[in-house]
Amino acid sequence: MANIIARIDDVELSFGEKIILKNCSLDIVEGAITCIIGLSGAGKSTIIRLLTGLSKPNSGHVYIGDRDVCHTPERELDEVRRKIGMSFQFAALLDSMSIGENVALPLRENTDMPDDEIRKVVTDALESVGLAHTFDLLPSELSGGMLKRAGFARAIVTKPDLVLYDEPTTGLDPIVTHLITDTIVELRKKLGGTAVVISHDLNSIFMMADYIAMLFEGAIIAYGSVAEIKASPNPIVQQFLGGSEVGPIPI
Amino acid sequence: MNFLERVGKTTIDFFSYAGGLAELAGDAFRFIFIGRIRFVETLNQCYVLGNQSLIIVLLTSLFTGMVFSLESALQAVQYGVGSLVGAAVTYTAVRELGPMLSAVVVAGRVGAAIAAEIGSMVVTEQIDALRSMGLAPARFLVVPRMLAMLVMLPLLAVFADVISVLGGMYVAQSYAHISYNSFILSARQAIGFEDVGKGLLKSLVFGFIIAIVGSYQGLSTRGGAAGVGRATTGAVVISIILIFVTNFIMSYLLYGTH
Repeated sequence: MANIIARIDDVELSFGEKIILKNCSLDIVEGAITCIIGLSGAGKSTIIRLLTGLSKPNSGHVYIGDRDVCHTPERELDEVRRKIGMSFQFAALLDSMSIGENVALPLRENTDMPDDEIRKVVTDALESVGLAHTFDLLPSELSGGMLKRAGFARAIVTKPDLVLYDEPTTGLDPIVTHLITDTIVELRKKLGGTAVVISHDLNSIFMMADYIAMLFEGAIIAYGSVAEIKASPNPIVQQFLGGSEVGPIPI
Repeated sequence: MNFLERVGKTTIDFFSYAGGLAELAGDAFRFIFIGRIRFVETLNQCYVLGNQSLIIVLLTSLFTGMVFSLESALQAVQYGVGSLVGAAVTYTAVRELGPMLSAVVVAGRVGAAIAAEIGSMVVTEQIDALRSMGLAPARFLVVPRMLAMLVMLPLLAVFADVISVLGGMYVAQSYAHISYNSFILSARQAIGFEDVGKGLLKSLVFGFIIAIVGSYQGLSTRGGAAGVGRATTGAVVISIILIFVTNFIMSYLLYGTH
């Protein structure tokens, strides 16, 4: 039986009157790439914010290993977060720092690694995403695709147990999308860790996913391998995969 | 919403805000106390927040000292007590004008800058990125700005004191023919190092207010560019109100109880 590295257990979360997640449960299998799909605004990004403790649910539990991050004090949560790498939709690099400094940040702040070693590790991380030449550039000097890859480098530089990718291919052209999808797969192979990817891009998801979870109206309504999801009898899943306007999903 | 509901909501908002400020300040002081300080960034902030405010503090202090001297010299000469102008200008500059004026000017410039910078980081998810790496914004952003303000605002206040007294002295001499010697003698009799120390203590507290309110407003930013604008305006308004209220309380405690 596969090991579970993270678990979302019967979570409910709302912002005011608006319910985002309800009876939402999901297991993240260790060593696998789990992709979460769903409509825009379905709460996919909220799930990875829950996994890092950046958002707290109204009820339910979110476990990283044995630790319930919903009920862990902020100071102790920092320890949990250091084992997780997170790549943001718009990269979220600190714009006052160079790309190299951004990628070096978690090493510089959270480890006792000497400067020359940090430089080597950061250069390796940037090389692994094809951005070795950007070390001294500022984020404002990079394109959208390069920024995302720099964000990946920052997320994986500490070799975390779990890497979370929030919409890694959204808004990019097909070639860069392909490049980024390959990068995620290669990074997982190289690091051997677990990844959770939030995306709408079905082609990318089918290329990289070991498991797919579909979020609809606040709950995971389908979960399985790529083949299982493609063959799902659920009409909501089929309408989403087919991109059809006709079906049970309210437009 | 009826009247009672509005009163209740305002009361809850007030205590929520005060609690948030206290929590952030507590976190920042905890990091300072355990020595988790980013020294290079703190020095950088000293330059950005302090050095770049110098000219505007000097200009406002110079002209305020000059106008104060102009007004008081006119009255003093009329009543034959021109020799007291130096005392009046220096006394006011060191105890009130220097600390207050520099704080208000810096609140407008630096408080707004802190709130805008941190607010922009919130709306572009940079703060979330810091937190996701296990880095506390209180240590990473607030502590360097707070330390920079605690060091630089008293220094700016000293410059403000000196320049406003010099400006006042020049006007007293040229406008009311009060000699420099008479002005300085009168000033030395009116104030001591204790007064300067109390003025600097005020600056220290004002520096803390500007840094913590600016940081808290920035970290509380919601709603994109408009939210950054609201946070920035709020930082300036709240800082200045707190500076005035605190100045009265401190003046009362430091000078008013004798």
